[in-house]
Amino acid sequence: MESWRRNPLFFWIVGLPPTLWLVLFFLVPLGLIWLFSFSDKRGIIDIELTWTLANYARSLEWLYLEIFLKSFWMAGATTVIALLVGFPIAFAISFAPPKAKPWLLLLIILPFWTNLLIRTYALIAVLRSRGFVNFGLEWLWDQGNWVLSLAGLGGYQLLGERFEPLELLYNNFAVVFGLVYVFLPFMVLPLYAALDRLDRSYIEASLDLGAGQLRSFFSVVVPMAKAGVVSGVIITFIPALGSFLQSDLLGGPDSQIIANVIERQFKSANDWPYGAALSFILMYLTFFALALRAVLSRGNRDAEGL
Amino acid sequence: MNDSAAPKPIVSIQNMSKRFAGAVTAVDQVSLDIGAGEFFALLGPSGCGKTTLLRMIAGFETPTEGALLIDGQDMSQVPPNRRPVNMVFQSYAVFPHMSVFDNVAYGLKVARTKGSEIRPRVEEALELVKLGGYGARKPDQLSGGQRQRVALARALVKRPKVLLLDEPLSALDAKLREAMQMELVRLQHSVGITFIIVTHDQSEALSMANRIAVMEGGKVRQVAPPSELYERPSSRFVADFIGKINLFEAKPLGQSGAALELEVPALGRIAVPFSGDPAKVAWVAVRPEKLRLLRQPPEDGSLVFPGTVAEVAYYGETSHVLVSGPNGHGMTVNLHNGTQETPSTLAPGDSLCCSWAPEDTLLLAD
Ligand SMILES: Nc1ncnc2c1ncn2[C@@H]1O[C@H](COP(=O)(O)OP(=O)(O)OP(=O)(O)O)[C@@H](O)[C@H]1O
Ligand SMILES: [Mg+2]
Repeated sequence: MESWRRNPLFFWIVGLPPTLWLVLFFLVPLGLIWLFSFSDKRGIIDIELTWTLANYARSLEWLYLEIFLKSFWMAGATTVIALLVGFPIAFAISFAPPKAKPWLLLLIILPFWTNLLIRTYALIAVLRSRGFVNFGLEWLWDQGNWVLSLAGLGGYQLLGERFEPLELLYNNFAVVFGLVYVFLPFMVLPLYAALDRLDRSYIEASLDLGAGQLRSFFSVVVPMAKAGVVSGVIITFIPALGSFLQSDLLGGPDSQIIANVIERQFKSANDWPYGAALSFILMYLTFFALALRAVLSRGNRDAEGL
Repeated sequence: MNDSAAPKPIVSIQNMSKRFAGAVTAVDQVSLDIGAGEFFALLGPSGCGKTTLLRMIAGFETPTEGALLIDGQDMSQVPPNRRPVNMVFQSYAVFPHMSVFDNVAYGLKVARTKGSEIRPRVEEALELVKLGGYGARKPDQLSGGQRQRVALARALVKRPKVLLLDEPLSALDAKLREAMQMELVRLQHSVGITFIIVTHDQSEALSMANRIAVMEGGKVRQVAPPSELYERPSSRFVADFIGKINLFEAKPLGQSGAALELEVPALGRIAVPFSGDPAKVAWVAVRPEKLRLLRQPPEDGSLVFPGTVAEVAYYGETSHVLVSGPNGHGMTVNLHNGTQETPSTLAPGDSLCCSWAPEDTLLLAD
């Protein structure tokens, strides 16, 4: 490392292309959007930089604040569910036989190979009233009735007159379900990395000292995987906050999150300055959350893995 | 093999074997009885199955065959967290997210020890390993040696019947290791718990243990107290593994009285006092410190290896002299500096005789 640092030519050759790329395609557009957020919309495509704060002021109206809150709530629920589901999965994979591990990891990232839109439409086919879940439930309902009629209870309609399909689609449940489905790998992979690194002798030491499996899991495995939990939570929460596709396709009329509002400003509403201001508020809030976490965990070396 | 087993074994290993998938026999038909209060060492080269044997006692590996009794109880159905043994791991495995106090208290809390009893017992254990006052520290604020003591206190606080230690000193530097060896012996005396320690360092085993099992390729080659192991090794492997030794191939010719006559290419025909099975003898050996260096061949019936000084290596307290004899055979002689022939008067090229008493000759099986 040291000798590379002392060789400026090598450093520039390797460092220049990615730096240029970042500046051109990341920082410059971001700067433009930032300028938009202080601009006025003049015509259909005319935007004039006036350093106005009107866009930000509008964002702070209660209507939009509510949507912000709702977005944080949905992304938070997604993150918590993904953590609860993802931890056992990551734990199981890290304990799988070495030969099976790559295949199990492949299963986890397999969905990435299919287009997000298609996967989300596939979820519609699963969740809608005439979808696979409801077909399955209806079948169970039929079987239940058949058993009851065998038992001579057929006439009482104990399971209801007709099968009522569950309303699984076009509501907040469907949105969170879709978000969990999409972001689960984001949670599982860092958790897996942390758990796989965990020295098995810590678990053995816990067993050796008399703790059972469950106690060892909660007293040793979970706290020692903290760095993985923190990174998993962050890289799930932040994109979940910004995805509009799930609420668009799976959500109901009250499932609007801030990402939908932003998307609309850039597309149908054609109000780029306002969309830009909303985007930046989201970004400031995210930064604020990250900074808060850094302050809270200062002096806590376990979380240094980030 | 268990010639000097203590009267009441606390750990009894009966014909235990462990084969891993892929047909690796890590432990091969081992039988051992370890008495209560012993300081027992498992010694052997890397990969000989020491750790596997220890982990089977702790319950982390299931024996492929054989039985294990701890304090008379069959352990085959007992999981590690219910065995009356505790282990000090080679990596220490001190929980990094807990303070020293919480590490030591963990095993007590898990066992639902009364809250009022936990603090005094933890503090007592920390005093025992000389870490009193360190309770509030986190493991990353400790040195390697201190972390190792936390691991020790954490195991001892459970008052196990047997304490298992897997190469507990291998991560320490030479000076600290020596201090900790003494410390462990002192500790074992004061708590009276049976210690089973795994090591590949023969001097560590010799200085600490009261009995040593030497392992090779999954088998136990010899079980004996340190002095017997050193003075009366039963095989070439054990003799070679414990300390330095001069080895020569030998062919037994026949018993004559109390002595066995042998044909040794390096020494000629010799007679050595021997009682045992002559057919098994394949090597003669002599420890370097049993040898004298003389300018003239002695007339007292000692055995003699004539040669010239090839090299003198000075080690402060002792000097090692390499004498090369006929047909490329060599002999190492350890001399105490200040006694006997002073090594400073020896120069490469000097002709001399190495000589030793016949009863100091070891006759070894392969
Ligand atoms: N889980 C395992 N699966 C397959 N083979 C194993 C396993 N654990 C150990 N072995 C093999 O069993 C043999 C004995 O291993 P063990 O760890 O007991 O040796 P050791 O005497 O402790 O060596 P060292 O001094 O290097 O620690 C080795 O050949 C090793 O490769
Ligand atoms: Mg080992």
